Amino acid sequence: MEAMIRLEGISKRFGDQVIIPPTDLTVNEGEFLTLLGPSGCGKTTLLRMIAGLETPSSGKIFLADKEVTDLPPYQRDVNMVFQHYALFPHMTVEENIRFGLKMKKVDLQEQDKRVEQVLAMTRLQELRHRYPKQMSGGQQQRVAIARALVNNPKVVLLDEPLGALDYQLRKNLQLELADLQYDLGITFVYVTHDREEALTMSDRIIVMNKGLIEQDGRPGEIYHRPGNEFVAKFIGETNFFDLGDGLTTLLRPEKLNLCPEEGDDGAHPAPHFFGTITDVVFYGTIDKVFVDLDGSKQEVVAYQYFDDARKWRMDERVGIWWYPQDEVKLSK
Amino acid sequence: MPKTWRNHALLAYALAILAFLYLPLMILALYSFNESRINAVWSGFTVNWYASLFNNRRVLEALTNSLAVACISTVISTVLGTTGAMALNRYKYRFKAAINGLLYLPILIPEIVMGLSLLVLFSQTAIPLGKVSLILAHITFCVSFVVITVNSRLEGMEAELEAAAADLYATPLQTFRYVTLPLAMPGIIAGALIAFTLSIDDFVISFFVAGPNSTTLPLYIYAMVKRGISPEINALSTLMMLTTVLLIILAHLLQGSPKKASPADE
Ligand SMILES: Nc1ncnc2c1ncn2[C@@H]1O[C@H](COP(=O)(O)OP(=O)(O)OP(=O)(O)O)[C@@H](O)[C@H]1O
Ligand SMILES: [Mg+2]
Repeated sequence: MEAMIRLEGISKRFGDQVIIPPTDLTVNEGEFLTLLGPSGCGKTTLLRMIAGLETPSSGKIFLADKEVTDLPPYQRDVNMVFQHYALFPHMTVEENIRFGLKMKKVDLQEQDKRVEQVLAMTRLQELRHRYPKQMSGGQQQRVAIARALVNNPKVVLLDEPLGALDYQLRKNLQLELADLQYDLGITFVYVTHDREEALTMSDRIIVMNKGLIEQDGRPGEIYHRPGNEFVAKFIGETNFFDLGDGLTTLLRPEKLNLCPEEGDDGAHPAPHFFGTITDVVFYGTIDKVFVDLDGSKQEVVAYQYFDDARKWRMDERVGIWWYPQDEVKLSK
Repeated sequence: MPKTWRNHALLAYALAILAFLYLPLMILALYSFNESRINAVWSGFTVNWYASLFNNRRVLEALTNSLAVACISTVISTVLGTTGAMALNRYKYRFKAAINGLLYLPILIPEIVMGLSLLVLFSQTAIPLGKVSLILAHITFCVSFVVITVNSRLEGMEAELEAAAADLYATPLQTFRYVTLPLAMPGIIAGALIAFTLSIDDFVISFFVAGPNSTTLPLYIYAMVKRGISPEINALSTLMMLTTVLLIILAHLLQGSPKKASPADE
């Protein structure tokens, strides 16, 4: 795979505050890369540096092997979808979409052709003469994406583009967007603080915290093999155990299994812990079962699927067991 | 019922205040149609005074002066004020609040002080009193108003729009031409209309800095009044008043539009 974006020792300070310490990062051609991290960790800042809207305090940026560190945004073959869309309020949908082509002085016929294509792709044909104010959030969102895609850039940068939408719409657009990226093969750098979104859409996820890259890996890796406690906690519910081997053992709730304390058939690994169920909460496809471990204050959570043979009840005594290969070990 | 009684009282009070504000103007306008030369007596309706205004060479000369001064100082103060507002809005620097405050000050300073200080300035710098000094003076008090109207318009504009334009391959000049300027335009036009109105109407400052060949309409009216109030003055004043009102209404309508045209905030 070819490197599309390469950041070498990129850092950013605002005044004497270090927002991003020197960082290296490579984005491959055609990849859907997600920057995932809590609010204020520097995701937007990193994106804006790639777009040229923010000047790095140190380091170099390469786009398709060409250094662009000192190029202004209008000379970079990169387009951004802004967190709040930033559609031009005095232009119609069509004029908004055409803007980049017009600035690049693409010839008129080619402009028309590409605008039509993108309008069709984002299903905005009917709305082409509307102004941004006359459209719903989801529609504006599509215009923002169309406005970037129409330029056929090397990279599209998306800053939490679905953040302002409701859950259902977000779910739909996530899939649409991922399909669109797959079909077009354009490199996407996608910013979000929604871990589910990151897991469903990305080829690769960069987990960030306070400007630092905590982990870089495929969604499955990030989820099942988190590299440290921050990633483990940020990416989903996790149980931490001390098994006395000098390491922290980490298990996802769906990897924990319950068995009755008395009268168990024993057809599985022996339970590591025993405890008392404090709560069983219905979550649709799963029940979340909360267990207080004997001899400690620790509460663990296990997911039990609806088709599991047995329903658990409050105050029941249970053993907790798991398969050894599901353990993730972290140094303390 | 006490409630309706109170409503009536409030209405009457409001009407009284309006009458207090507008009655003198209405009487002035009314007497500009009076056939009699003497203001106190109503002898019949006529539009002769308006007609004779347009045959009066000195009135026309004053009108030309007024329009020339107003147009030139409007154009210059609109350009200066717009670029000034953009600078103030865009860049962060120390003492920004203090500098913003300084811009409002000329609006609050007594006009007579402004006029006097400008007169001193012009005589110190040996700028002869005439159209040039008049235009310079008018620019001085118009700029602040332009800055304020343009600035309020820019403040309602999403900062990311210019970033979006740059990201979509627009050079700084293109960003200005296709994004910043069209979005600021209602504010700029409103500012220009206010500047024009202020310039056309100004008396006190003009009184200090005008020269013998640069008599404007307000100065001419003042000179005429010294020789007694004639229906011609009433007619002239009525016309000026109408122009002013129209310009201000227009400016107001334009200033009201940022909410409508500003980017989505939901
Ligand atoms: N222009 C600026 N001047 C000073 N500090 C800034 C500036 N822009 C961003 N910051 C700071 O940099 C840090 C990172 O900001 P950034 O917008 O990159 O975060 P983010 O990860 O995008 O957060 P969110 O998910 O809330 O959008 C924040 O602490 C923010 O306060
Ligand atoms: Mg952000």
